[in-house]
Amino acid sequence: MKARHTYGLIAEFEDPTALVSATHRAYQAGYRRMDAYSPFPIEELTEALGSHHSKLPLIVLIGGLCGGIGGYALQFWAATMAYPINVGGKPLHSWPAFIPITFECTILVAALSAVFGMLALNGLPMPYHPVFNVARFALASRNRFFLCIEATDPQFDPDETRTFLQTLGPREVTSVAD
Amino acid sequence: MAEHFVPVEAPPSAGLGTPPVIAPGHTFGTVTDKISAIVLTRKTPRGWYVGFGIAFLLTLVLLASVSYLLVEGIGIWGNNQPVGWAFEITNFVWWIGIGHAGTLISAILLLLKQTWRTSINRFAEAMTLFAVACAGLFPALHTGRPWLDYWLLPYPNTMGVWPQFRSPIMWDVFAVSTYATVSFLFWFVGLLPDLATLRDRSQSKVGRFVYGLLAMGWRGSAHHWHQYDTAYLLLAGLATPLVVSVHTVVSFDFAVAIVPGWHTTIFPPYFVAGAIYSGFAMVLTLAIPIRAVYGLEDFITTRHLENMAKVMLVTGLIVAYGYTVEAFIAWYSGNAYEGFMIWNRITGPYRSLYWALLFCNVLTPQVLWFRRVRKYAPGLFVVSLIVNVGMWLERFVIVVTSLHRDFLPSSWGMYRPTMWDWGTYVGTIGLFVALLLLFLRFLPMISIFEMRTILPAAKVDEDVREDLRVI
Repeated sequence: MKARHTYGLIAEFEDPTALVSATHRAYQAGYRRMDAYSPFPIEELTEALGSHHSKLPLIVLIGGLCGGIGGYALQFWAATMAYPINVGGKPLHSWPAFIPITFECTILVAALSAVFGMLALNGLPMPYHPVFNVARFALASRNRFFLCIEATDPQFDPDETRTFLQTLGPREVTSVAD
Repeated sequence: MAEHFVPVEAPPSAGLGTPPVIAPGHTFGTVTDKISAIVLTRKTPRGWYVGFGIAFLLTLVLLASVSYLLVEGIGIWGNNQPVGWAFEITNFVWWIGIGHAGTLISAILLLLKQTWRTSINRFAEAMTLFAVACAGLFPALHTGRPWLDYWLLPYPNTMGVWPQFRSPIMWDVFAVSTYATVSFLFWFVGLLPDLATLRDRSQSKVGRFVYGLLAMGWRGSAHHWHQYDTAYLLLAGLATPLVVSVHTVVSFDFAVAIVPGWHTTIFPPYFVAGAIYSGFAMVLTLAIPIRAVYGLEDFITTRHLENMAKVMLVTGLIVAYGYTVEAFIAWYSGNAYEGFMIWNRITGPYRSLYWALLFCNVLTPQVLWFRRVRKYAPGLFVVSLIVNVGMWLERFVIVVTSLHRDFLPSSWGMYRPTMWDWGTYVGTIGLFVALLLLFLRFLPMISIFEMRTILPAAKVDEDVREDLRVI
């Protein structure tokens, strides 16, 4: 049987400040392929990981524009070409009456883009992930904070990285099976 | 004095003398355990079974009423010319209005950074979803042949027919279905991290599997939280104009028509304020018994009750202004039909309902000027029930008194609800309560991860934050 690979090393911390400072120090030490896990969003953590801007607002903007233009186009086409009905001699292209539905379509498609865009950018649904192999990781959704340096990081070395993580004041450092 | 009525009175926070949004002494662990225990380990209170039993019986009444309706047609209802719209539209507007408070709490208060929203937003959003579901039933059934309701949607069909997009009824279809979808998405996205908590804490195999499936592998990664926060804020930004648009569109159903009492420009703002008013009344009606039964006074403090009472007072005053303007314009316009409409409301055959609505919606909320009432849970509960009734009466008065005597005295008539009207209405209340109780039983009723963020321990120390800026 083939020996199990290591996904990385994970360190457990007790509070958000310890996690943010540890992440920051790992970044300064040159580690890049790492991720921090917390039971609630911590704004500073994104900064500490040297994270970039989210593409999501752009996705939502494009989604909203598509929804709005699509909604208006549908009404325009149905009311003037596919099924024109003369109501009291009023113009077929009666644009003010098309605004409410255009608005609703904009919101609908933008909201769908926000949710599905977020899931796609996060790679969810993902039922299996190596970090779940760590027993104590179940506390990441309760009250514990984790920093995982992945084995794919060019600087990763099982012993050196472990020693480095130990200097950050964690509760314990565990190796993550892949 | 108010003190002895509130079981756990949290000590006031520094300076302002206002109670905190969460009782002191909680940690990430205790918040998580307390809320998730309601779903996972605590014994379901007996009150839950009693409530669910009653609600389920009422749901059966709804099923019976709808089944008979499908067999016989809408002739079993009391509406007939000239009152073509009656209970179903009254109930539709009432339910959809109730839903609005959920979106207001979750979206608008989030954008305004009102942290007190955190412990009430989850079940207010659930309330929105279930209220919209009940609302949607009424127009769907009122079409007469509900099995053809899909004709309302624009899709290429062999008949070569397209919906009439100039009609406010079509606007309604789009507004309500968008509202239902976005409310669901907002609620589900908010639940995602909490579902992961339940997955990790559930002791049963089924629980781990089902919550695990719903949590979609959420693991609290910092990269994920970053996208998540962005998505949540964007959704809030989208839901805010949406919620205002929905009741505006609902009011267009009336305002675009030429019936006296409907054809008025005050309707959109007055309907939106009325929606928030009735919605907050419903949140209070639900929150006060829930926090008592589940012992959640630590999380839903008097601060929450007081703030909600204040929102009710403000929106109640806007609604009162709406009533005044309606009457004023009826006189000021010099239009004989408008003038008769308001006179008929005040002195006509439905006058008792009009006076009752003034009592419920204008007079009663004035007690909320008193701080002592705003902090007294049982008192607030009674006020909220009265406002719920009042807002239903308001819609009934608008819909029915305007239609029953319009332009030609020869075509005047009266509307009286039948037992099937009542059965459908009471049945939706049963459905609403039953769904809500199922939600309380199987999902965390308070957002656990957001409660963690409002704890003082969630703050990252200033010196570490300084270090970050140096990079």
